[in-house]
Amino acid sequence: MALQFSTEAEDQFQTIVSRYPNNLAALLPVLMLAQEEFGWISVEVMDYIAERLDVSKSQVFSTATFYTMLNKQPVGKCHIQVCTTFSCALAGGYEMLEYLEEALGIQAGETDPEHNFTISEVECLASCGTAPMFQLTTSDGEIEYFEDLDPDRVDEILEDLNDRLDELPDPRDMH
Amino acid sequence: MDEKILSKFFDRDDGHKLEVYEDHGGYDAARKAAEMSREEIVNEVKASNLRGRGGAGFPAGVKWSFIPQETEEDKYLVVNADEGEPGTFKDRQIMQRDPHQLIEGCIITAMALDLRYCYIYIRGELKFTEDIIQDAIEECYDKGYLGEDIFGTDQDLDIYTHISAGAYICGEETGMIEGLEGKPGKPRIKPPFPAIVGVFDAPTLVNNVESIACVPPVINRGAEWFANLGVEKNGGPKLYGLSGPIKNPGVYEAPSGITVRELLESPEYGGGMKEGKELKAYIPGGSSCAVLTPDELDREMSFEAMREVGSNLGTGCVTFVDQDTCMVRLAARLAHFYHHESCGQCTPCRDGTGWSAKVLDAIEAGRGRHEDLDLLEDMTGQIEHSTICALGPSLTFVVHSYLDKFPEEFEAHIEQGECPFPSWSLDDTKPAAAE
Repeated sequence: MALQFSTEAEDQFQTIVSRYPNNLAALLPVLMLAQEEFGWISVEVMDYIAERLDVSKSQVFSTATFYTMLNKQPVGKCHIQVCTTFSCALAGGYEMLEYLEEALGIQAGETDPEHNFTISEVECLASCGTAPMFQLTTSDGEIEYFEDLDPDRVDEILEDLNDRLDELPDPRDMH
Repeated sequence: MDEKILSKFFDRDDGHKLEVYEDHGGYDAARKAAEMSREEIVNEVKASNLRGRGGAGFPAGVKWSFIPQETEEDKYLVVNADEGEPGTFKDRQIMQRDPHQLIEGCIITAMALDLRYCYIYIRGELKFTEDIIQDAIEECYDKGYLGEDIFGTDQDLDIYTHISAGAYICGEETGMIEGLEGKPGKPRIKPPFPAIVGVFDAPTLVNNVESIACVPPVINRGAEWFANLGVEKNGGPKLYGLSGPIKNPGVYEAPSGITVRELLESPEYGGGMKEGKELKAYIPGGSSCAVLTPDELDREMSFEAMREVGSNLGTGCVTFVDQDTCMVRLAARLAHFYHHESCGQCTPCRDGTGWSAKVLDAIEAGRGRHEDLDLLEDMTGQIEHSTICALGPSLTFVVHSYLDKFPEEFEAHIEQGECPFPSWSLDDTKPAAAE
């Protein structure tokens, strides 16, 4: 089925495009919107965006593959991005990453078979005073920071997420 | 500091609202600027000794004066809200807690330089701040503070938020301009500088969030007042982000030129090292600055004082390192960071950062050779001066300073064939070096 933005996303698309003197400039925010809408940035999504913005497919591919937040493979419903750079490394970022890996039974860079969780190790998230921390992106498009973490708090967060899994769409099924 | 200029709303949860901002004199500076000539505003900012707060420390007023006055085309302001320098977390506080001070700064800057459009370039990870800033922008449109003929002048100004999607290099101003144009954030060769050929080929001023947020107080209370809050050539109050194993990590407002010791030890700020932790080193302004040792604790937080010892004030966010931390591992971790974030267009950076990471990993794992130390110095030395932007050379500063300040740690890894420090892993069984 051909891709199409929902009515709500279409409104957001029009608002974004109206902010710029040319369509290409809208590409990054439009790709972020497309990821919220379609779960991940497949070549099919890139082609749809190229068509909508009337820019070349190669330009969209070039930009989409440069930026790390744009997932070129489907991730889990909950994408946990753990910062391990510098201040986080000094404050237990790696220990927390390991704790998460053990709790979820997957390594950084992996997604569980049910596509509920993905763990990524990421670079500095500008949260150095509240390390260790991670960013959580859920498939409903929310991005949230969890800071000053310890194992108990991580357990709580995972428990809450497990309760929400049923209501979150599987990014693989979003287009 | 008794009076808070940049952080007055940081401990409130309603400081982002226009009503609260205006109760505290918000937009008075914009009204005042509306009565001033463009030249008067620029001269005031020059005289305030405001230095760019994003890391480079270029005098803000001088940068402003590069924007051509007589031109028919629309000129742009791009606010660098792509905060991502490891160890740096101060701009985010302004974006979350005090967006109106940022917007008022944009308004005055636009009045001074006749800038028609402003984009606030927000890193994708900080998307949650976009909603806050967007709401503040809308409040301003409703009041007539943005749009046409703002504050009774003939200046038109529209402000938009722009969301990025994850790339450290977009913090570099020409990388940011490429990102804003929808392209991969590969920095441009300069000249031409953005002031002449910037975004959409138009004259463009790129300034950091904190720099712009300093503009309203400069105009409100005068350049002299602002300059006197700091030290020579470094005007005003400054936001300092303190991180590492200290008692009170966080963002604090203090005068420019305060000593690192006061930031670390004062109960008002860092409160000292955590119990059982001893200071081994500090990095004054984000990971790209050369590392310094405790004998430099009485150094002033100013660009000049830090340059005297081969480092940099950078973003003013200090990372403290304790005695249990392995400096080889920290350097290796940073080499991986720069390699990961290299845009790839300059070979010395793309390959040099990667090879440096490999050599550092080998030393850390106990597989290093004595000749690797010369190799590292030489290899990272070849990155400096041979790249378009400062990303690659940042690793030069890191590696050269870590080798210079902690040669014994590198030697110990090579001689012992293993890392003598506790690991960063949960199942660590190695003894601490201090034991």
